[in-house]
Amino acid sequence: MIHISIKKKLTMAEGDGWLSIDTSVEKGQLWAISGKSGAGKTSFLRIVAGLLKPETGRILSGNEVWLDTTRKISLPVQKRKIGFVFQDLALFPHMTVFQNLRYALKGKQNQDVIHDLLKMVDLERFADSKPDRLSVGQRQRVAIIRALAGRPELLLLDEPFSALDAEMRRHLREDILRLHQTFGLTTLLVTHDLGDMYTLADRVLVIDKGLVVKSGPPKEVFETDDSSGMVRLQGEIIQIRDNGVVFIAEVLTGDTVIKLLISEGEKNCLRPGMKVLVCSGSFEPVIKVLG
Amino acid sequence: MQFQPIWLSLELALVTTIILMIIGVPLASLLAFRSFRFKSVAEAVISLPLVLPPSVLGFYLLVIFSPHNFVGHLLQSWFNIRLVFSFPGLVVGSIIYSLPFMVHPLQAGLQSLPANLKEASYTLGKNRWQTLFGVLLPNIKPAILTGVVLTFAHTIGEFGVVLMIGGSLPGKTKVASIAIYEAVESLEYGNAHIYSIVLLLISFFILLLTYKLNKKLFKPASS
Repeated sequence: MIHISIKKKLTMAEGDGWLSIDTSVEKGQLWAISGKSGAGKTSFLRIVAGLLKPETGRILSGNEVWLDTTRKISLPVQKRKIGFVFQDLALFPHMTVFQNLRYALKGKQNQDVIHDLLKMVDLERFADSKPDRLSVGQRQRVAIIRALAGRPELLLLDEPFSALDAEMRRHLREDILRLHQTFGLTTLLVTHDLGDMYTLADRVLVIDKGLVVKSGPPKEVFETDDSSGMVRLQGEIIQIRDNGVVFIAEVLTGDTVIKLLISEGEKNCLRPGMKVLVCSGSFEPVIKVLG
Repeated sequence: MQFQPIWLSLELALVTTIILMIIGVPLASLLAFRSFRFKSVAEAVISLPLVLPPSVLGFYLLVIFSPHNFVGHLLQSWFNIRLVFSFPGLVVGSIIYSLPFMVHPLQAGLQSLPANLKEASYTLGKNRWQTLFGVLLPNIKPAILTGVVLTFAHTIGEFGVVLMIGGSLPGKTKVASIAIYEAVESLEYGNAHIYSIVLLLISFFILLLTYKLNKKLFKPASS
């Protein structure tokens, strides 16, 4: 069990505010942290990792105290048993894939683990390549196995799926889930994507303006009674057109643009750029604003 | 005509560059990553040799290291070191004089790296020194090369500081730039020409080599 209770002053999009989170993650679980940009998701991961100091807080991993501001304890990042995957990956450009992984080994750890990890994500043939020779998806996988090479207990992933297309995203999800289970990890994953949350997460934590606004299994958090049993698509409104007779909202979901007839009332509520959930049952589709 | 002053210049530049590498790396990393009280003061002191006439620096060093004054007396009586009019004195003067030429490129290089590289190394369990030598320095090779070359070239070209603190003792403190000055003073234009052309060629080829190396070895890397 990892108990996290922290308060940190943050400068957010809406001005200064507090990131205030109090939660306990069970060992072996995979949690998705969701919320708008600037809501405090990355800061939360960085505080757990020990890269950012909160004003007050306590973090316990099992019986180990990682942070206790009242007792002035703050275990340095190097001593916390974590693996961190940065949004920009932070692979060391001067090292090959193999060297990147070897750098991550602890003390006298056997180098065989590097080959095992490369094998698990099917990157053995790239061991001697520099990161700039790899595709985005391959780099992403290197960053993840590098974070695991030192055998951490807690894996922290900061939006690992951004910049991936749908196909690569699916592959990476499978890899993450497999690694999470194989290594018996506890994982915190920052993501915006409903698909990631549904397929990966045991629990979702939605943060808004520094506070947890929703928490629970993905089904509970994102499903409401009136839309259960329907097909749900998450997307973004890219355009609303008035063709003289009806209003048409164009919603981008994945790689597809869906055109929906909307009423004048709906047209007044919706704006391009809004994140929406399109639900379609047997009859007419329903469109809802997310977040 | 003696070539000793040229050898002495090269020796001085080499020793200064090596010592400044050792001092410059931790100093640059301190200035690049840590904030502390009086940081601006430290930065201003390091940059002073850029704007100060070398004679001013040389004069103060001469005064400070004179055995008649506290520091000079201390060095002489405790360690039997005499810095005025000696080669070690030239080295100390050159280190101070060329300090910004080593520290500034290194500091700028370190600051230009994405912060995540350093943090990624920390999350992999590595301490500050392991991170500095294992990740950060290998990624600022062009900046290191610039620092080394500028320091070397600047030390070869120094005149005022060397003259003030070292005088012109043949074989000890008479470096090439001073030999040129003396040759001109005693109307030996031929010697002045030879010293000058040798210095010019050395400086030119060092810079040429640097630009070639920078282009060849260090293509911009991306993660």
